[in-house]
Amino acid sequence: MRLVRRVEKATESRWSFHEGNGPPAYVVDGEAILAQHNLAGGQCAKAIHGEHIVTVADIAVPALRHTGFYREPTDEALLDGLQRAAFGYFLEAVNPANGLVADTSRENSPSSIAVVGFALSAYPVAVERGWMARADAVKRSLSVLRFFRDSDQSGSPEATGYKGFYYHFLDLHTGERVWRSELSMIDTALLIAGALSASMYFTANTPEETELRELVETLYLRVDWRWSQGGAATIRQGWKPECGFLHYGWDGYNEAIVLYVLAMGSPTHPLKDDCYEAWTATYQWENLYGYDFLYAGPLFVHQFSHAWIDFRGIQDLFMREKRCDYFENSRRAAQIQREYAQRNPHEFAGYDENCWGLTAGDGPSDEMPEVANERRRLFGYAARGVPYGPDDGTLSGSAALASLPFAPEIALCAARSMRQRFPEILSANQYSSGFNPSLASTDRRAWVSSGQFGLDQGIVLMMIENYRTELIWKLMRGCPYISTGLRRTGFRGGWL
Amino acid sequence: MLQRNTSLAPVPQDAHERERLENLHPSDWRNPQPADRYNLVVIGAGPAGLVAAHTAAARGAKVALIERELLGGDCMNIGCVPSKAILRTSRLYAEMRNAEHYGAQIPADIRVDFAAVMQRMRRIRARISRVASIDRLSAAGVDVFFGEARFTATDALTVDGARLRFRKAMIATGARPDTPSIPGLVEAGFLTNENVFDLTELPRRLLVIGGGPLGCELAQAFCRFGAQTTIAQDMPLFLVGEERDAAQILSDAFARDGIEVRLNTEAVRVRVEDGQKLVDLVSDDYKSTVAVDAILAGTGRLPNVEGLNLEAAGVDCDATTGVRVNDFLQTSNPRIYAAGDACLEHKFAHTAAASARVVVQNALFLGRQRLSALTIPWCTYTDPEIAHVGLYVRQARERDIPVKTFTIPMHDVDRAIADGEEVGFVKIHVKERTDRILGATVVASHAGEMINEITLAMVAGIGLRTLSRVIHAYPTQAEAIKKAADAYSRTRLTPAIQSLLRRWLKW
Repeated sequence: MRLVRRVEKATESRWSFHEGNGPPAYVVDGEAILAQHNLAGGQCAKAIHGEHIVTVADIAVPALRHTGFYREPTDEALLDGLQRAAFGYFLEAVNPANGLVADTSRENSPSSIAVVGFALSAYPVAVERGWMARADAVKRSLSVLRFFRDSDQSGSPEATGYKGFYYHFLDLHTGERVWRSELSMIDTALLIAGALSASMYFTANTPEETELRELVETLYLRVDWRWSQGGAATIRQGWKPECGFLHYGWDGYNEAIVLYVLAMGSPTHPLKDDCYEAWTATYQWENLYGYDFLYAGPLFVHQFSHAWIDFRGIQDLFMREKRCDYFENSRRAAQIQREYAQRNPHEFAGYDENCWGLTAGDGPSDEMPEVANERRRLFGYAARGVPYGPDDGTLSGSAALASLPFAPEIALCAARSMRQRFPEILSANQYSSGFNPSLASTDRRAWVSSGQFGLDQGIVLMMIENYRTELIWKLMRGCPYISTGLRRTGFRGGWL
Repeated sequence: MLQRNTSLAPVPQDAHERERLENLHPSDWRNPQPADRYNLVVIGAGPAGLVAAHTAAARGAKVALIERELLGGDCMNIGCVPSKAILRTSRLYAEMRNAEHYGAQIPADIRVDFAAVMQRMRRIRARISRVASIDRLSAAGVDVFFGEARFTATDALTVDGARLRFRKAMIATGARPDTPSIPGLVEAGFLTNENVFDLTELPRRLLVIGGGPLGCELAQAFCRFGAQTTIAQDMPLFLVGEERDAAQILSDAFARDGIEVRLNTEAVRVRVEDGQKLVDLVSDDYKSTVAVDAILAGTGRLPNVEGLNLEAAGVDCDATTGVRVNDFLQTSNPRIYAAGDACLEHKFAHTAAASARVVVQNALFLGRQRLSALTIPWCTYTDPEIAHVGLYVRQARERDIPVKTFTIPMHDVDRAIADGEEVGFVKIHVKERTDRILGATVVASHAGEMINEITLAMVAGIGLRTLSRVIHAYPTQAEAIKKAADAYSRTRLTPAIQSLLRRWLKW
């Protein structure tokens, strides 16, 4: 975070200041930052607003547009600003003592093991971009990997994990299970995927990086993927010490490809051979709004596995039959989201071809006092999706942007449009989890989820990086466990 | 034979009920003198039995029809007919409360008169009972016997002391609610479809156990009448086996209506305290207790096969799946067939009737019609309705049939928008790279009406290509089907064909 260092009165209605070592920027009438040079509106900077220090994104962009000085950032500048701000989350939300990262920026948030996975992939990106020293990144990675290695794997209600899997939410300080959360197969997979990406990046022959790679190997190899089937044909979604495997339905295409790939690639506890086929048997290939695609309603389903695995040109049996691949499918999913928002069947405010993004995330709920008069049903934290909902008018800016590698033309348009129209969705250039323009306040600002969620920052950071340099994809393409898992799940062609 | 959870004396007794009883089981009825031998003896006068008796008699067969309670069976008396009647009223109440959505004013005082709802139901039920009346059967030449049937030989049975001999017989004894084995439930008392239509007062708080068609329909209806309703289903979604999105839309609709939805939840114990029923619910590791005034159990149905002395007739059966039949609906006794809920997996009135027609043809006219050849649609009459015909995607994929689905959300259909009935979709599944329809699911306000067109297309072998040439009246909600067919047609315009067309149009 760059802070305003010096403020001095210039001419009548202008205040000028220097931020960091950059060129000068200005505050007009105490209201707006005049974005010149590299201090583009919306970047992660702070400025003087009246007597307070506020973030640029909170006040600056709308006011700046009315001045003659505002200049839209270039794509590169925009993405760089958003990506660096997203990385800022992992610096702010980490517990340096054990490396765990908070699920959200809200007070007393526990750690989410999936967010730790994103953090482990974020550190290499930060090193490459010069945002973090390599030694610091290694230190942080080692800290959390050692924590997981040494964690209580007894499966007791207060443990950290069981059978190599981990509970979804852990106390940020003690690492013990909280909220009676489930032992989560998919979130463990995201953690392991992040760890593998780190091991593929930190390949130096130093004691620290060697230890890092050995820790990742240990954590991956001890996951008992076969156990997670619970005797069923497919992987169960979760397990609790109080009741055993959860019997939630987890059919149809979802975010679990990376889970199945990791599980099939395991040399120690692989799934049964027909497990992936049994899961893909529940797929539905649909023609919707003129697009043929493998249906899943929420956008994150089309992004999470894809953040680590480069699906361009590789096909499993299902995709060979459909003459498509999961990368192209995610492009179509973004197009369908856009089509849905254009149709806007529930007539929600804001929705249009450049304002879309229904996904899993936070939204207003019926219990919130500020929206108590709403007659429609509000879903709180939910997996919103298209075209069948649930849809209560809540969108995710980060979800639209995270479609960047697949559909850059529409994702960038949406990102620009949404931050222009609803600057309140960004705080210090970090996306809120969800916003709802239909629940605008009296000053016409959309309802915005408070704080930030680690998953949103993680997916933004990784997808921007994959779009810019393909760093994560390149790392994971070289991971033998991923290659083996992909081949064992029937993937062929392309880089594989 | 098991005693039913109802009695022949309807509650309350009114003119409509007296008419229904007179139509379906006259109090002064005397069983006729049996003929020497019948071409067909039908046991059970529900939808299957009535269709078989009328069809066979119309073709000149000597037919006896045996019924232990009321003609018309569950469908007429405690199933489809009464439930649809009250569902219509409940939908009206929902529309009244949602009047602003239609640009109308919400009535100042929306007061539910439950007694009037049930009286209307009884009036409608009595009126429809005329088509199943004993007069019509007698006029058709069918000998009707009331009483318990019991086989005495492979070609004979007794009823009310009379011995009936037959060339062929058909077992169509239907099914009954499967009482869930929840400790304390029986002692606390509970409703099923057999007695819920006898209610004269609306329960203030209702727990529906089971998320099948009956549970879903009645939960929504009672909620809309004003009962504080909870529905507990021990699976992740309602309507097990149904399209996932359909079941999800239904869950959302329930929540919108104000039903407390408890999925993945099992009722484990019931007790009565201070006049209210306390039901313990368990969802994985989450335990809770709900206090209600009534419990409705909609947890499946069991075939009525007890008491028939099927062993004497050489007919194999299973207490859970019912009478064992082959694809020609013939039992292990070649003289005896079965139809309807007593032997079929899909327990619907129209399936029962269709199977009865197969039996008449096969039993009396050397037919070789197969049950598996039937194309059977079904519908759950919630709001929105959920209708299905043919294969589901997962079934097609299990059979290694590559399948593609053409989906039209109802919000893309002009009439649905105009009607304010945009929730739902039409999904038509075809074999990949062909237009052959494998199956379809419709979720819409009138899905039950719409599914019939797709069923017709499947039976007639009409593909999407032809359907796209069928002119649909505009604007209608069934236009969604045409739109799905049009979407198929557009996929035939491959880049190569488009290139050819562009070249052609250069003149």
